[in-house]
Amino acid sequence: MKPELEGTWLVPGEIDGEIVCLDEPLSFWGGFDPITGRIIDRSHPQHGLCLAGLTVGMSGSKGSSGTPGVLGESIRRGTGPRAIVVTKADINLVAGSLTAEALYGRRCPILLISQNCFDDLKEQTHET
Amino acid sequence: VTVVLDEQERSWLAGVHGAAMQLAMRLVAAAAEATGATSFVPIEMAHINSCHYSGRLSLDFAEFLLAEGATLAVPTHTNASLISCSSPDLRPESEKPEAVAGALRVMQIYEELGCSSMWTCAPYQQPEGRPTFGQQIVGSESNAVGFFNSVLGARTNKYGDLLDISAAMVGRVPLTGLHTDEGRRATHLFDLQRLSDGALTDPNLPHLLGTVIGREVSSGVAVIVGLESLTEDELKAIAAGAAASGGVDMFHVVGVTPEASTLDAATQGEACGHTTIVNDASLNVATSILNSANGDERLRAVCLGTPHFSIDEFLQTVAFLDGRRVDDRITMLITTSRSVAIELDLRGLSDVLADAGVSVVLDTCTYYPPRPTGIDGLTMTNSAKWAYYAQGMLDVPVAFDDLEKCVESAVQGRRVR
Repeated sequence: MKPELEGTWLVPGEIDGEIVCLDEPLSFWGGFDPITGRIIDRSHPQHGLCLAGLTVGMSGSKGSSGTPGVLGESIRRGTGPRAIVVTKADINLVAGSLTAEALYGRRCPILLISQNCFDDLKEQTHET
Repeated sequence: VTVVLDEQERSWLAGVHGAAMQLAMRLVAAAAEATGATSFVPIEMAHINSCHYSGRLSLDFAEFLLAEGATLAVPTHTNASLISCSSPDLRPESEKPEAVAGALRVMQIYEELGCSSMWTCAPYQQPEGRPTFGQQIVGSESNAVGFFNSVLGARTNKYGDLLDISAAMVGRVPLTGLHTDEGRRATHLFDLQRLSDGALTDPNLPHLLGTVIGREVSSGVAVIVGLESLTEDELKAIAAGAAASGGVDMFHVVGVTPEASTLDAATQGEACGHTTIVNDASLNVATSILNSANGDERLRAVCLGTPHFSIDEFLQTVAFLDGRRVDDRITMLITTSRSVAIELDLRGLSDVLADAGVSVVLDTCTYYPPRPTGIDGLTMTNSAKWAYYAQGMLDVPVAFDDLEKCVESAVQGRRVR
Protein backbone atom coordinates (compact mmCIF):
# COMPACT_ATOMS: atom_id res chain seq x y z
CA MET A 1 0.00 0.00 0.00
CA LYS A 2 1.06 3.53 -0.61
CA PRO A 3 0.45 5.98 2.21
CA GLU A 4 -0.67 9.48 1.34
CA LEU A 5 2.10 11.85 2.26
CA GLU A 6 1.76 15.57 2.66
CA GLY A 7 4.72 17.79 3.15
CA THR A 8 7.16 20.22 1.63
CA TRP A 9 9.52 19.15 -1.14
CA LEU A 10 13.15 19.90 -0.30
CA VAL A 11 14.13 18.20 -3.56
CA PRO A 12 11.01 17.81 -5.72
CA GLY A 13 10.00 14.49 -7.25
CA GLU A 14 7.79 11.55 -6.50
CA ILE A 15 7.56 9.17 -3.59
CA ASP A 16 6.91 5.64 -4.73
CA GLY A 17 8.07 2.10 -4.21
CA GLU A 18 8.64 0.32 -0.95
CA ILE A 19 8.98 2.54 2.13
CA VAL A 20 11.14 1.71 5.14
CA CYS A 21 11.27 3.90 8.25
CA LEU A 22 14.43 4.15 10.35
CA ASP A 23 14.07 4.26 14.12
CA GLU A 24 17.07 6.56 14.58
CA PRO A 25 18.91 9.17 12.52
CA LEU A 26 21.79 7.91 10.38
CA SER A 27 25.26 9.21 9.58
CA PHE A 28 25.73 8.24 5.94
CA TRP A 29 29.49 8.67 6.17
CA GLY A 30 30.72 5.97 8.54
CA GLY A 31 27.26 4.57 9.17
CA PHE A 32 26.35 3.49 5.65
CA ASP A 33 28.37 1.73 2.97
CA PRO A 34 27.77 3.26 -0.49
CA ILE A 35 29.21 0.16 -2.18
CA THR A 36 26.72 -2.30 -0.68
CA GLY A 37 23.95 0.14 0.26
CA ARG A 38 23.84 -1.26 3.79
CA ILE A 39 23.73 0.44 7.21
CA ILE A 40 27.04 -0.41 8.92
CA ASP A 41 26.63 1.59 12.16
CA ARG A 42 26.63 -1.26 14.68
CA SER A 43 24.63 0.73 17.22
CA HIS A 44 21.87 1.61 14.72
CA PRO A 45 18.63 -0.36 15.23
CA GLN A 46 18.51 -1.12 11.50
CA HIS A 47 22.17 -2.22 11.28
CA GLY A 48 22.59 -4.42 8.20
CA LEU A 49 19.53 -3.11 6.34
CA CYS A 50 20.06 -2.43 2.63
CA LEU A 51 18.58 0.93 1.56
CA ALA A 52 19.12 0.52 -2.19
CA GLY A 53 16.04 1.44 -4.18
CA LEU A 54 13.87 2.05 -1.12
CA THR A 55 12.09 5.19 -0.03
CA VAL A 56 13.70 5.84 3.33
CA GLY A 57 11.79 7.59 6.10
CA MET A 58 14.00 9.06 8.82
CA SER A 59 14.17 12.04 11.15
CA GLY A 60 17.38 13.13 9.41
CA SER A 61 21.11 12.54 9.22
CA LYS A 62 23.50 12.83 12.14
CA GLY A 63 27.14 12.61 13.08
CA SER A 64 29.79 13.05 10.45
CA SER A 65 29.91 15.88 7.96
CA GLY A 66 30.60 13.39 5.19
CA THR A 67 26.91 12.65 4.74
CA PRO A 68 26.28 14.65 1.51
CA GLY A 69 29.17 13.05 -0.37
CA VAL A 70 28.31 9.50 0.67
CA LEU A 71 24.60 9.95 -0.04
CA GLY A 72 25.52 11.45 -3.43
CA GLU A 73 27.96 8.61 -4.14
CA SER A 74 25.27 6.03 -3.36
CA ILE A 75 22.84 7.84 -5.68
CA ARG A 76 25.53 7.73 -8.40
CA ARG A 77 26.06 4.01 -7.86
CA GLY A 78 22.38 3.19 -7.55
CA THR A 79 22.93 1.75 -4.06
CA GLY A 80 21.24 4.65 -2.32
CA PRO A 81 17.65 5.44 -1.41
CA ARG A 82 15.16 5.99 -4.23
CA ALA A 83 13.68 8.87 -2.22
CA ILE A 84 13.94 10.20 1.33
CA VAL A 85 11.23 11.39 3.71
CA VAL A 86 12.48 13.44 6.66
CA THR A 87 11.02 15.24 9.65
CA LYS A 88 13.91 17.70 9.91
CA ALA A 89 14.93 20.16 7.20
CA ASP A 90 18.21 18.35 6.59
CA ILE A 91 20.40 20.62 4.45
CA ASN A 92 23.12 17.98 4.12
CA LEU A 93 20.84 15.37 2.55
CA VAL A 94 19.59 18.09 0.21
CA ALA A 95 23.17 19.00 -0.79
CA GLY A 96 24.00 15.35 -1.57
CA SER A 97 20.90 14.86 -3.64
CA LEU A 98 21.24 18.11 -5.63
CA THR A 99 24.92 17.47 -6.37
CA ALA A 100 24.26 13.93 -7.63
CA GLU A 101 21.66 15.39 -9.92
CA ALA A 102 23.94 18.16 -11.17
CA LEU A 103 26.85 15.80 -11.84
CA TYR A 104 25.09 12.62 -12.96
CA GLY A 105 21.47 13.56 -13.70
CA ARG A 106 20.20 11.16 -11.03
CA ARG A 107 17.54 12.51 -8.72
CA CYS A 108 16.71 11.39 -5.21
CA PRO A 109 13.64 13.40 -4.13
CA ILE A 110 13.43 14.56 -0.50
CA LEU A 111 10.15 15.33 1.22
CA LEU A 112 9.83 17.10 4.56
CA ILE A 113 6.85 15.91 6.61
CA SER A 114 5.53 16.54 10.12
CA GLN A 115 6.36 14.26 13.04
CA ASN A 116 2.69 13.17 13.22
CA CYS A 117 2.70 12.25 9.56
CA PHE A 118 5.97 10.34 10.10
CA ASP A 119 4.49 8.43 13.05
CA ASP A 120 1.51 7.42 10.88
CA LEU A 121 3.84 6.40 8.09
CA LYS A 122 5.88 4.29 10.48
CA GLU A 123 2.76 2.52 11.69
CA GLN A 124 1.51 1.86 8.18
CA THR A 125 4.82 0.60 6.83
CA HIS A 126 5.21 -1.58 9.89
CA GLU A 127 1.90 -3.33 9.13
CA THR A 128 2.69 -4.06 5.51
CA VAL B 1 12.11 31.12 -2.30
CA THR B 2 12.01 32.43 1.26
CA VAL B 3 15.09 34.62 0.82
CA VAL B 4 15.14 37.67 -1.41
CA LEU B 5 18.29 37.28 -3.49
CA ASP B 6 20.52 40.23 -4.28
CA GLU B 7 21.95 40.92 -7.71
CA GLN B 8 25.17 39.01 -7.05
CA GLU B 9 23.30 35.94 -5.81
CA ARG B 10 20.94 36.04 -8.79
CA SER B 11 23.82 36.24 -11.25
CA TRP B 12 25.54 33.24 -9.60
CA LEU B 13 22.30 31.29 -9.83
CA ALA B 14 21.86 32.30 -13.45
CA GLY B 15 25.26 30.84 -14.28
CA VAL B 16 26.84 34.15 -15.30
CA HIS B 17 29.99 33.26 -13.33
CA GLY B 18 30.20 29.66 -14.45
CA ALA B 19 28.66 26.33 -13.57
CA ALA B 20 30.64 25.89 -10.34
CA MET B 21 29.45 29.16 -8.79
CA GLN B 22 25.97 28.34 -10.04
CA LEU B 23 25.87 24.96 -8.29
CA ALA B 24 27.39 26.47 -5.12
CA MET B 25 24.70 29.14 -4.98
CA ARG B 26 22.03 26.53 -5.69
CA LEU B 27 23.13 24.41 -2.74
CA VAL B 28 23.28 27.41 -0.39
CA ALA B 29 19.91 28.72 -1.63
CA ALA B 30 18.36 25.26 -1.25
CA ALA B 31 19.66 25.16 2.33
CA ALA B 32 17.99 28.51 2.99
CA GLU B 33 14.75 27.33 1.47
CA ALA B 34 14.75 24.02 3.37
CA THR B 35 15.31 25.72 6.72
CA GLY B 36 12.97 28.62 6.04
CA ALA B 37 15.73 31.18 6.59
CA THR B 38 14.79 34.66 5.42
CA SER B 39 18.29 36.06 4.94
CA PHE B 40 21.93 35.14 4.51
CA VAL B 41 24.78 36.05 6.84
CA PRO B 42 28.33 36.71 5.56
CA ILE B 43 31.00 34.32 6.85
CA GLU B 44 34.62 35.04 7.74
CA MET B 45 36.30 31.64 7.38
CA ALA B 46 35.57 28.04 6.46
CA HIS B 47 36.93 24.64 7.49
CA ILE B 48 35.85 22.17 4.84
CA ASN B 49 35.42 18.43 4.57
CA SER B 50 34.80 18.32 0.81
CA CYS B 51 38.55 17.68 0.47
CA HIS B 52 38.06 14.27 2.14
CA TYR B 53 37.66 11.63 -0.56
CA SER B 54 34.68 9.39 0.15
CA GLY B 55 34.07 7.99 -3.31
CA ARG B 56 34.11 8.90 -6.99
CA LEU B 57 31.67 11.72 -6.40
CA SER B 58 34.24 13.56 -4.23
CA LEU B 59 36.68 13.53 -7.12
CA ASP B 60 34.12 14.33 -9.82
CA PHE B 61 32.82 17.25 -7.76
CA ALA B 62 36.33 18.63 -7.17
CA GLU B 63 37.26 18.31 -10.86
CA PHE B 64 33.99 20.05 -11.71
CA LEU B 65 34.79 22.98 -9.39
CA LEU B 66 38.27 23.34 -10.88
CA ALA B 67 37.15 23.07 -14.49
CA GLU B 68 34.23 25.44 -14.05
CA GLY B 69 36.19 28.26 -12.43
CA ALA B 70 35.29 28.07 -8.73
CA THR B 71 36.68 30.88 -6.57
CA LEU B 72 36.78 31.21 -2.77
CA ALA B 73 35.32 34.18 -0.90
CA VAL B 74 36.92 33.53 2.51
CA PRO B 75 40.03 31.86 4.02
CA THR B 76 39.30 28.15 3.71
CA HIS B 77 41.11 25.40 5.63
CA THR B 78 41.18 21.70 4.88
CA ASN B 79 39.95 18.88 7.12
CA ALA B 80 41.83 15.58 7.42
CA SER B 81 42.27 13.60 4.22
CA LEU B 82 41.81 9.93 3.49
CA ILE B 83 45.56 9.61 3.03
CA SER B 84 48.71 10.87 4.71
CA CYS B 85 51.31 12.63 2.56
CA SER B 86 53.96 11.94 5.22
CA SER B 87 53.09 8.23 5.67
CA PRO B 88 52.10 6.91 2.22
CA ASP B 89 52.48 3.32 3.48
CA LEU B 90 49.65 3.79 5.98
CA ARG B 91 47.10 3.27 3.22
CA PRO B 92 49.13 1.89 0.29
CA GLU B 93 47.88 2.62 -3.19
CA SER B 94 48.18 -1.07 -4.05
CA GLU B 95 45.38 -1.89 -1.58
CA LYS B 96 42.73 0.49 -2.91
CA PRO B 97 44.17 2.14 -6.01
CA GLU B 98 41.11 4.16 -6.98
CA ALA B 99 40.51 5.59 -3.51
CA VAL B 100 44.15 6.40 -2.75
CA ALA B 101 44.86 7.99 -6.14
CA GLY B 102 41.51 9.78 -5.96
CA ALA B 103 42.24 11.11 -2.49
CA LEU B 104 45.63 12.48 -3.59
CA ARG B 105 44.11 14.20 -6.62
CA VAL B 106 41.32 15.67 -4.47
CA MET B 107 43.95 17.11 -2.09
CA GLN B 108 45.78 18.71 -5.03
CA ILE B 109 42.58 20.22 -6.42
CA TYR B 110 41.56 21.91 -3.16
CA GLU B 111 45.07 23.32 -2.85
CA GLU B 112 44.77 24.62 -6.42
CA LEU B 113 41.44 26.20 -5.55
CA GLY B 114 43.26 28.22 -2.90
CA CYS B 115 42.50 26.36 0.33
CA SER B 116 45.14 26.46 3.06
CA SER B 117 46.63 23.00 3.51
CA MET B 118 45.95 22.27 7.16
CA TRP B 119 44.64 18.72 6.67
CA THR B 120 43.45 18.56 10.24
CA CYS B 121 40.22 17.87 12.09
CA ALA B 122 41.43 20.14 14.91
CA PRO B 123 42.06 23.46 13.09
CA TYR B 124 41.36 25.33 16.33
CA GLN B 125 44.76 24.18 17.64
CA GLN B 126 46.49 26.72 15.37
CA PRO B 127 45.93 30.50 15.13
CA GLU B 128 44.79 30.61 11.48
CA GLY B 129 42.11 28.00 12.09
CA ARG B 130 40.86 29.40 15.37
CA PRO B 131 37.91 31.76 14.96
CA THR B 132 37.17 34.37 17.61
CA PHE B 133 34.11 34.85 19.79
CA GLY B 134 30.99 35.77 17.83
CA GLN B 135 32.50 35.24 14.36
CA GLN B 136 30.14 33.78 11.76
CA ILE B 137 31.95 30.89 10.04
CA VAL B 138 31.45 27.61 8.21
CA GLY B 139 32.45 24.46 10.06
CA SER B 140 32.08 20.98 8.72
CA GLU B 141 34.02 18.32 10.61
CA SER B 142 31.70 17.39 13.45
CA ASN B 143 34.08 17.74 16.41
CA ALA B 144 35.36 21.06 15.06
CA VAL B 145 31.80 22.36 14.70
CA GLY B 146 31.18 21.46 18.34
CA PHE B 147 34.45 23.06 19.43
CA PHE B 148 33.99 26.25 17.38
CA ASN B 149 30.51 26.82 18.78
CA SER B 150 30.91 25.59 22.32
CA VAL B 151 34.45 26.46 23.34
CA LEU B 152 35.26 29.48 21.15
CA GLY B 153 31.81 31.01 20.80
CA ALA B 154 32.12 31.22 17.00
CA ARG B 155 28.90 30.49 15.12
CA THR B 156 28.31 27.68 12.67
CA ASN B 157 25.85 24.97 11.82
CA LYS B 158 27.26 21.66 10.65
CA TYR B 159 27.75 21.95 6.91
CA GLY B 160 28.48 18.66 5.26
CA ASP B 161 30.87 18.23 2.37
CA LEU B 162 29.75 19.75 -0.96
CA LEU B 163 27.75 22.37 0.97
CA ASP B 164 30.75 23.58 3.00
CA ILE B 165 32.91 24.49 0.00
CA SER B 166 29.83 25.96 -1.69
CA ALA B 167 29.33 28.31 1.25
CA ALA B 168 33.05 29.21 1.18
CA MET B 169 32.70 30.05 -2.53
CA VAL B 170 29.73 32.38 -2.12
CA GLY B 171 30.86 33.63 1.30
CA ARG B 172 27.48 33.32 2.99
CA VAL B 173 25.10 30.91 4.67
CA PRO B 174 21.42 31.02 5.63
CA LEU B 175 20.93 32.93 8.88
CA THR B 176 19.44 30.16 10.97
CA GLY B 177 20.18 27.71 13.78
CA LEU B 178 23.47 28.22 15.59
CA HIS B 179 24.18 31.41 13.62
CA THR B 180 21.41 33.11 15.63
CA ASP B 181 21.18 33.95 19.36
CA GLU B 182 18.01 31.92 19.88
CA GLY B 183 19.49 28.86 18.13
CA ARG B 184 22.20 28.71 20.79
CA ARG B 185 19.82 28.40 23.72
CA ALA B 186 20.40 25.25 25.78
CA THR B 187 17.56 22.75 25.43
CA HIS B 188 18.95 19.61 27.10
CA LEU B 189 20.34 19.73 30.63
CA PHE B 190 22.92 17.18 31.81
CA ASP B 191 23.32 17.19 35.57
CA LEU B 192 26.56 15.61 36.81
CA GLN B 193 26.16 16.57 40.45
CA ARG B 194 25.32 13.02 41.50
CA LEU B 195 28.43 11.45 39.99
CA SER B 196 30.79 9.71 42.38
CA ASP B 197 34.21 11.27 43.02
CA GLY B 198 35.78 8.35 41.20
CA ALA B 199 33.75 9.03 38.07
CA LEU B 200 34.38 12.77 38.25
CA THR B 201 38.15 12.29 38.28
CA ASP B 202 38.19 9.49 35.71
CA PRO B 203 40.21 10.71 32.70
CA ASN B 204 37.68 8.93 30.48
CA LEU B 205 34.86 11.14 31.73
CA PRO B 206 34.86 13.71 28.88
CA HIS B 207 34.73 10.96 26.24
CA LEU B 208 32.02 9.02 28.06
CA LEU B 209 30.02 12.17 28.75
CA GLY B 210 30.19 13.10 25.07
CA THR B 211 28.81 9.66 24.22
CA VAL B 212 26.02 9.99 26.80
CA ILE B 213 25.06 13.42 25.45
CA GLY B 214 25.16 12.28 21.83
CA ARG B 215 22.89 9.31 22.56
CA GLU B 216 20.39 11.57 24.30
CA VAL B 217 20.27 14.65 22.07
CA SER B 218 19.17 14.04 18.49
CA SER B 219 18.97 17.75 17.88
CA GLY B 220 19.33 20.59 20.29
CA VAL B 221 21.92 22.31 22.45
CA ALA B 222 23.24 20.61 25.57
CA VAL B 223 24.19 22.26 28.84
CA ILE B 224 26.34 20.48 31.40
CA VAL B 225 26.15 21.28 35.10
CA GLY B 226 28.60 19.94 37.63
CA LEU B 227 32.02 20.26 35.96
CA GLU B 228 34.12 23.10 37.26
CA SER B 229 37.20 23.13 35.11
CA LEU B 230 38.06 21.44 31.85
CA THR B 231 41.12 21.62 29.62
CA GLU B 232 40.77 22.33 25.92
CA ASP B 233 41.62 18.69 25.24
CA GLU B 234 38.80 17.55 27.52
CA LEU B 235 36.37 19.93 25.79
CA LYS B 236 37.59 18.54 22.47
CA ALA B 237 36.79 15.03 23.71
CA ILE B 238 33.24 16.00 24.71
CA ALA B 239 32.71 17.67 21.33
CA ALA B 240 34.00 14.65 19.41
CA GLY B 241 32.13 12.05 21.46
CA ALA B 242 28.83 13.92 21.32
CA ALA B 243 29.09 14.57 17.59
CA ALA B 244 30.03 10.98 16.72
CA SER B 245 27.23 9.31 18.65
CA GLY B 246 24.62 12.00 18.05
CA GLY B 247 23.84 15.24 16.32
CA VAL B 248 25.25 17.61 18.90
CA ASP B 249 26.75 20.72 17.32
CA MET B 250 26.93 22.76 20.50
CA PHE B 251 27.11 22.26 24.26
CA HIS B 252 27.51 24.65 27.13
CA VAL B 253 29.38 23.87 30.33
CA VAL B 254 28.18 26.14 33.12
CA GLY B 255 31.09 28.14 34.49
CA VAL B 256 33.46 26.95 31.74
CA THR B 257 32.28 27.80 28.19
CA PRO B 258 31.89 31.44 27.10
CA GLU B 259 28.11 31.62 26.70
CA ALA B 260 27.36 29.85 29.98
CA SER B 261 28.60 31.99 32.86
CA THR B 262 25.45 30.73 34.60
CA LEU B 263 22.80 28.11 33.80
CA ASP B 264 20.40 30.97 33.20
CA ALA B 265 22.73 32.49 30.60
CA ALA B 266 22.93 29.16 28.75
CA THR B 267 19.17 28.66 28.73
CA GLN B 268 18.55 32.36 28.02
CA GLY B 269 16.27 32.46 31.02
CA GLU B 270 13.99 29.70 29.79
CA ALA B 271 13.46 26.23 31.19
CA CYS B 272 15.27 23.26 29.61
CA GLY B 273 12.79 20.87 28.06
CA HIS B 274 14.86 17.80 28.92
CA THR B 275 16.92 16.92 31.97
CA THR B 276 19.24 13.94 32.21
CA ILE B 277 20.80 12.93 35.51
CA VAL B 278 24.19 11.52 34.61
CA ASN B 279 25.21 8.88 37.12
CA ASP B 280 27.85 6.17 37.23
CA ALA B 281 25.42 3.76 35.55
CA SER B 282 24.97 6.02 32.51
CA LEU B 283 28.75 6.22 32.12
CA ASN B 284 28.96 2.43 32.32
CA VAL B 285 26.50 2.16 29.45
CA ALA B 286 28.69 4.51 27.40
CA THR B 287 31.76 2.42 28.29
CA SER B 288 30.08 -0.72 27.00
CA ILE B 289 29.12 1.00 23.74
CA LEU B 290 32.76 1.95 23.18
CA ASN B 291 34.14 -1.52 23.89
CA SER B 292 33.62 -4.42 21.54
CA ALA B 293 36.51 -6.62 22.66
CA ASN B 294 35.51 -9.90 24.29
CA GLY B 295 38.63 -10.02 26.43
CA ASP B 296 40.45 -12.92 24.74
CA GLU B 297 41.93 -11.12 21.76
CA ARG B 298 45.61 -10.31 21.66
CA LEU B 299 46.32 -6.58 21.46
CA ARG B 300 47.61 -5.60 18.01
CA ALA B 301 47.45 -1.81 17.82
CA VAL B 302 47.00 1.40 19.79
CA CYS B 303 45.48 4.39 17.97
CA LEU B 304 45.48 7.87 19.45
CA GLY B 305 44.83 11.34 18.09
CA THR B 306 41.13 11.41 17.21
CA PRO B 307 40.62 14.35 17.00
CA HIS B 308 44.22 15.25 16.17
CA PHE B 309 46.53 15.24 19.19
CA SER B 310 47.52 18.54 20.76
CA ILE B 311 51.04 19.28 21.93
CA ASP B 312 49.86 18.77 25.54
CA GLU B 313 48.58 15.29 24.73
CA PHE B 314 51.95 14.43 23.18
CA LEU B 315 53.71 15.68 26.30
CA GLN B 316 51.52 13.45 28.47
CA THR B 317 52.21 10.49 26.19
CA VAL B 318 55.96 11.01 26.42
CA ALA B 319 55.65 11.24 30.21
CA PHE B 320 53.68 7.96 30.36
CA LEU B 321 56.21 6.27 28.07
CA ASP B 322 58.88 7.34 30.57
CA GLY B 323 61.75 6.34 28.31
CA ARG B 324 60.36 2.89 27.51
CA ARG B 325 59.68 1.41 24.06
CA VAL B 326 56.45 0.17 22.55
CA ASP B 327 56.39 -3.64 22.37
CA ASP B 328 57.59 -4.88 18.96
CA ARG B 329 54.31 -6.70 18.32
CA ILE B 330 52.22 -3.53 18.72
CA THR B 331 51.56 -0.88 16.09
CA MET B 332 51.15 2.46 17.84
CA LEU B 333 49.83 5.31 15.72
CA ILE B 334 49.18 8.91 16.78
CA THR B 335 47.49 11.23 14.30
CA THR B 336 48.04 14.98 14.37
CA SER B 337 48.36 18.09 12.20
CA ARG B 338 51.38 19.37 10.29
CA SER B 339 51.41 22.37 12.60
CA VAL B 340 51.66 20.30 15.81
CA ALA B 341 54.27 18.08 14.11
CA ILE B 342 56.47 21.15 13.56
CA GLU B 343 56.20 21.91 17.25
CA LEU B 344 57.16 18.31 18.06
CA ASP B 345 60.27 18.77 15.93
CA LEU B 346 61.18 22.04 17.59
CA ARG B 347 60.89 20.47 21.03
CA GLY B 348 62.93 17.45 19.99
CA LEU B 349 59.98 15.15 20.63
CA SER B 350 59.70 13.69 17.13
CA ASP B 351 62.90 11.73 17.70
CA VAL B 352 61.84 10.71 21.20
CA LEU B 353 58.59 9.28 19.86
CA ALA B 354 60.28 7.59 16.89
CA ASP B 355 62.86 5.99 19.21
CA ALA B 356 60.03 4.73 21.40
CA GLY B 357 58.44 3.02 18.41
CA VAL B 358 55.52 5.44 18.09
CA SER B 359 54.46 6.46 14.58
CA VAL B 360 53.25 10.03 14.26
CA VAL B 361 50.90 10.24 11.29
CA LEU B 362 49.89 13.53 9.64
CA ASP B 363 47.01 14.69 7.44
CA THR B 364 44.60 11.84 8.14
CA CYS B 365 42.97 9.70 10.79
CA THR B 366 43.17 5.97 11.45
CA TYR B 367 39.56 4.95 12.11
CA TYR B 368 38.30 4.87 8.55
CA PRO B 369 38.92 2.46 5.69
CA PRO B 370 40.96 1.43 3.83
CA ARG B 371 42.23 -0.13 7.05
CA PRO B 372 45.62 1.36 7.98
CA THR B 373 48.64 -0.92 7.91
CA GLY B 374 49.11 -2.61 11.29
CA ILE B 375 45.50 -2.41 12.46
CA ASP B 376 44.57 -6.05 12.05
CA GLY B 377 43.09 -7.07 15.36
CA LEU B 378 42.25 -5.78 18.82
CA THR B 379 42.95 -2.07 18.86
CA MET B 380 43.02 0.18 21.88
CA THR B 381 42.15 3.86 21.86
CA ASN B 382 41.46 6.66 24.31
CA SER B 383 39.02 8.29 21.90
CA ALA B 384 35.26 7.81 22.05
CA LYS B 385 35.04 8.93 18.45
CA TRP B 386 37.63 6.41 17.27
CA ALA B 387 35.96 3.62 19.24
CA TYR B 388 32.50 4.54 18.01
CA TYR B 389 33.34 4.60 14.32
CA ALA B 390 36.09 1.98 14.01
CA GLN B 391 33.89 -0.85 15.29
CA GLY B 392 31.81 -0.55 12.12
CA MET B 393 34.29 0.93 9.69
CA LEU B 394 37.42 -1.16 10.32
CA ASP B 395 35.75 -4.30 11.57
CA VAL B 396 38.22 -4.86 14.41
CA PRO B 397 37.47 -5.35 18.11
CA VAL B 398 38.02 -2.13 20.03
CA ALA B 399 39.06 -1.53 23.63
CA PHE B 400 38.51 1.95 25.01
CA ASP B 401 40.48 3.30 27.96
CA ASP B 402 42.42 6.35 29.08
CA LEU B 403 45.74 7.58 27.69
CA GLU B 404 47.85 6.16 30.50
CA LYS B 405 46.38 2.65 30.04
CA CYS B 406 46.76 2.90 26.27
CA VAL B 407 50.44 3.76 26.59
CA GLU B 408 51.03 1.12 29.26
CA SER B 409 49.32 -1.50 27.11
CA ALA B 410 51.44 -0.55 24.10
CA VAL B 411 54.61 -0.91 26.17
CA GLN B 412 53.60 -4.21 27.75
CA GLY B 413 52.21 -5.65 24.53
CA ARG B 414 48.92 -6.65 26.12
CA ARG B 415 45.80 -4.89 27.25
CA VAL B 416 46.39 -3.43 30.69
CA ARG B 417 43.25 -2.63 32.68
